[in-house]
Amino acid sequence: MFNYILRRLAYALPILLGVNIITFALFFVVITPNDMARLHLGDKHITQEQIQQWKHERGYDKPLFINKDSQGFDMVKETIFYQKSISLFFLDFGTSDADRRDINYDISQRMWPSLAIAVPTFIVGLLVNITMAMLLVFFRGTHIDTLGVVLTVILMSISSLFYIIAGQFLMSKLWHLAPISGYELGFDAWRFLILPVVIGVISGMGAGTRWYRSIFLEEINRDYVRTARAKGVPELKVLFKHVLQNAMIPILTGVVVVIPALFMGNLIMETLFLGSVLYIIGLIITDISYTWVDPRVRLS
Amino acid sequence: MRFTKTVLLIVLALLTSACDNNPYPASFSDKNIRLSAFSSRLKYLDPARSYSSDEYQFIRQIYEPPLQYHYLKRPYTLIPSSATEVPKPQYFDANGNALPENAPVEKIDHSLYEISIKRGVKYQPHPCFARNDQGQFIYHNLSEQELSTLHELSDFEKTGSRELVANDFVYQIKRLAHPRINSPIYGLMSEYIVGLRELNERLQKVNDEQKPDYLDLENYPLTGVEVVDDYTYRVKIKGKYPQFLYWLAMPFFAPIPPEVDRFYSQKGLIKRNISLNWYPVGTGPYMLTMNNPNYRIILEKNPNFHGEVYPLEGAAGDKELGLLVDAGKPVPFIDSAIYTLEKETIPYWNKFLQGYYDASGISSDNFDQAVAISADGNATLTDDMRDKGIRLITSVRPTIFYFGFNMMLDQVVGGTAESARLLRQAISIAMDMEEFISIFLNERGLPAQSPLPQGIFGHREEDKGINPYVYDWVNGKAKRKPIETARRLLAQAGYPNGRNEKTGEPLVLYLDITGGGADDKSRFDWYRKQFAKLDIQLIVRATDYSRFREKIQKGNFQIFLWGWHADYPDPENFFFLLYGPHSKVKNSGENAANYQNDKFDALFEQMKNMDNGEARLKIIDEMIEILRYDAPWMWGFHPLDFSLYHDWEQNVKPHPIANNGLKYLRIDAKTREEYREKHNQPVLWPLGLILILIIVVIVLAVRLYQQREHRKLEVLTQNN
Repeated sequence: MFNYILRRLAYALPILLGVNIITFALFFVVITPNDMARLHLGDKHITQEQIQQWKHERGYDKPLFINKDSQGFDMVKETIFYQKSISLFFLDFGTSDADRRDINYDISQRMWPSLAIAVPTFIVGLLVNITMAMLLVFFRGTHIDTLGVVLTVILMSISSLFYIIAGQFLMSKLWHLAPISGYELGFDAWRFLILPVVIGVISGMGAGTRWYRSIFLEEINRDYVRTARAKGVPELKVLFKHVLQNAMIPILTGVVVVIPALFMGNLIMETLFLGSVLYIIGLIITDISYTWVDPRVRLS
Repeated sequence: MRFTKTVLLIVLALLTSACDNNPYPASFSDKNIRLSAFSSRLKYLDPARSYSSDEYQFIRQIYEPPLQYHYLKRPYTLIPSSATEVPKPQYFDANGNALPENAPVEKIDHSLYEISIKRGVKYQPHPCFARNDQGQFIYHNLSEQELSTLHELSDFEKTGSRELVANDFVYQIKRLAHPRINSPIYGLMSEYIVGLRELNERLQKVNDEQKPDYLDLENYPLTGVEVVDDYTYRVKIKGKYPQFLYWLAMPFFAPIPPEVDRFYSQKGLIKRNISLNWYPVGTGPYMLTMNNPNYRIILEKNPNFHGEVYPLEGAAGDKELGLLVDAGKPVPFIDSAIYTLEKETIPYWNKFLQGYYDASGISSDNFDQAVAISADGNATLTDDMRDKGIRLITSVRPTIFYFGFNMMLDQVVGGTAESARLLRQAISIAMDMEEFISIFLNERGLPAQSPLPQGIFGHREEDKGINPYVYDWVNGKAKRKPIETARRLLAQAGYPNGRNEKTGEPLVLYLDITGGGADDKSRFDWYRKQFAKLDIQLIVRATDYSRFREKIQKGNFQIFLWGWHADYPDPENFFFLLYGPHSKVKNSGENAANYQNDKFDALFEQMKNMDNGEARLKIIDEMIEILRYDAPWMWGFHPLDFSLYHDWEQNVKPHPIANNGLKYLRIDAKTREEYREKHNQPVLWPLGLILILIIVVIVLAVRLYQQREHRKLEVLTQNN
């Protein structure tokens, strides 16, 4: 397995390099160092001299890819691309151009609130979706199944923004069960997590339940299920033990890949390089998790 | 069993404590705390770098520059803050001979501002001042081991303080030239403060060659600024620059002790993001004790504050509004101000109504709920808001949004030709700013009659204040001239019915503007509609802000939309936007329209050095007349701020320039508690209904399951 992971990581390097170059090129086409300087210095009373000084202090007065004024390796090293990109491969994000804050330190401090919402939403959402899907499959062909499917389609059709507004209105304004927004440090944070977690779970319930229901329905008609029933295994046990276990591969395919992203939240996912790193890590973990749920799968 | 019981009890306890929408800990109740919000991370709290209103609402409570604005008086009046009095400049000729106060500007070689500061003023407690028994600084050479336990400023065990001295002001002025700080006013100040440019060049050289961790500014003199004694310093200004006094009221000139820079320059602290941009150090009424961008920013009373009293006098009508009830009482009144992260307007608004914030702006989503506009265009509170004891306070921002014409490089709308001037006048009449303000701003704006907004010296009200080329004074009100007048002007300009009378070609004009998203479409359509009234085809060229700025810089535009927020309340700070030598294209100045009128320029040079008075007003009137006649801008609008306040917040009088009003505010926490009690009663019946529905579905499901199992049993029995 170790060799497999190493090989996958080696494959990832050229992909990340490509992502890095494309991101860098796009970024510097859209926002030039001059634009960045003006963005940070503001509009008022700014002179060209100040812009040059800002760029010089941050190394943005260097050439983009090749420094013809330097010799040897410095031709590559003394460029904006090298100075700003290579450290990313070591997950060193450097300092903020605006106020020189250490970005790694900021991420380490600020990821916890995102995590505090993302992890419970993910776990509770997964459990609720699987349970609901199982129950619909259990009651398949009945009015409860039909009602459930209609309900999931309705839930899927509603904009996520509506869930947020409705959740805030009901839980905070009408029922006063939780604060409408905010955060608290330490254990008291849980009061503020209820609302976003409930909204997150409910808004994902429609699509999630439908997805798992279709997976379980496919499994329910397999031979091993028929055999279990013939042996007199109770229907609930058939579903929650045998069907669930055999449906783990498709479930893991969709689920494990998003786990690393939970640590960073959506904002960081939008920064392409880190997003790519997390996506690749997610795929590797997914492959590894297959071996845990299905002994027939071997990584080679 | 015992375990289950314990778990159940914990869950019950949690649920009980959770059944509350109060976002604050119980310990906040009844406390003398002001509750407010912030929407984004503060980037710069270093007074040499900070230049945005978001940041100023915090640092203006912490730093004390030499001067400040009177809280109540209008027009805005400068009074001492950390200085003992407002300094009077002395003027000198090139030989160093003193000149009288009314000496001609051309004779003045330099001005000297001698500033005396208050004695006994102490800095807030801060670890950078902490010393051991031997008098050495404890935290100025932190080891890796010591750093390992430090993550926030509050992690430092010991703090200290010291008296404010004149050198701290001089040190801060030097910081404006620091190459690593990139002060936004360095460029401007280097034109006035003697020696600032030379200091910057020297520091830049040292920085590039030696790359020191810490650039000790004490080793680099600034020729134009000197310490006279511990409580006095002098600033030498090139020529005459009366507006320098206004700059002395801004945090750029607040004192920073050298110990602060020495302390924050330690690599270990930089790595932990403990910096002056995060934790300011001042002598003001408040000090920042928490800066957590995920959570809260907290300002607490500075225990070392030297003391100040609430103003004894105010503007006309202030007494009737109850703004002088606390006259003469020591400030600040509030123990702490807590700002909570609030990114979205809907939660902010709801928390305000629930009594969890003391004040609120009004977003367009909530406008109709909060404000009713009467037939004559006046804004009043809705009955619902009045019943809750909420007050509406409006104020004009010292800001203008304007449409500028390219006066230098465009032959159709720009230049001094009569046809272009008539065309600009025609467009100015057609562009119905009253309609724009009504549709897009919910009446939160005033149509501009000149560059000067209300509250700025030179602004005139009523019939004396209208632009006679665009408005008529009818029945005591300004009325936009009819579109027929504009069409007539257009015909005189050579474009009857929007066509060039010589070629017959339709007139097509281009508006450069930022934006372009779906939200902007209606606004762009409205602009096109205004030009279409004159049969002019308008093409809106929307772009991102960087490209827009580039176009303006190069003069690659015909008409553009931009805005300006005043640095200080002086007409010079608006008129200089149209001063010829400040042309954006020629000299990279702030005159984006590249307007040039010799007479206007001469009057500007005269006016900018004058004190407010009849003579200055006369010149301003003349300058405004030139601008209205030439019409290098369509005068756009001045935005109006609408703010709502609960009745427990007292002494509220918005001051859009000063932003240091927190020390004057008073909170009645008991009334706030009573309001919360009254307006936070839950309505639980819908929740009960949902629970009943869920129970019904579960019961039906269980019955279905039982029926199915029963049927199975029957089939098995029959088979057997």
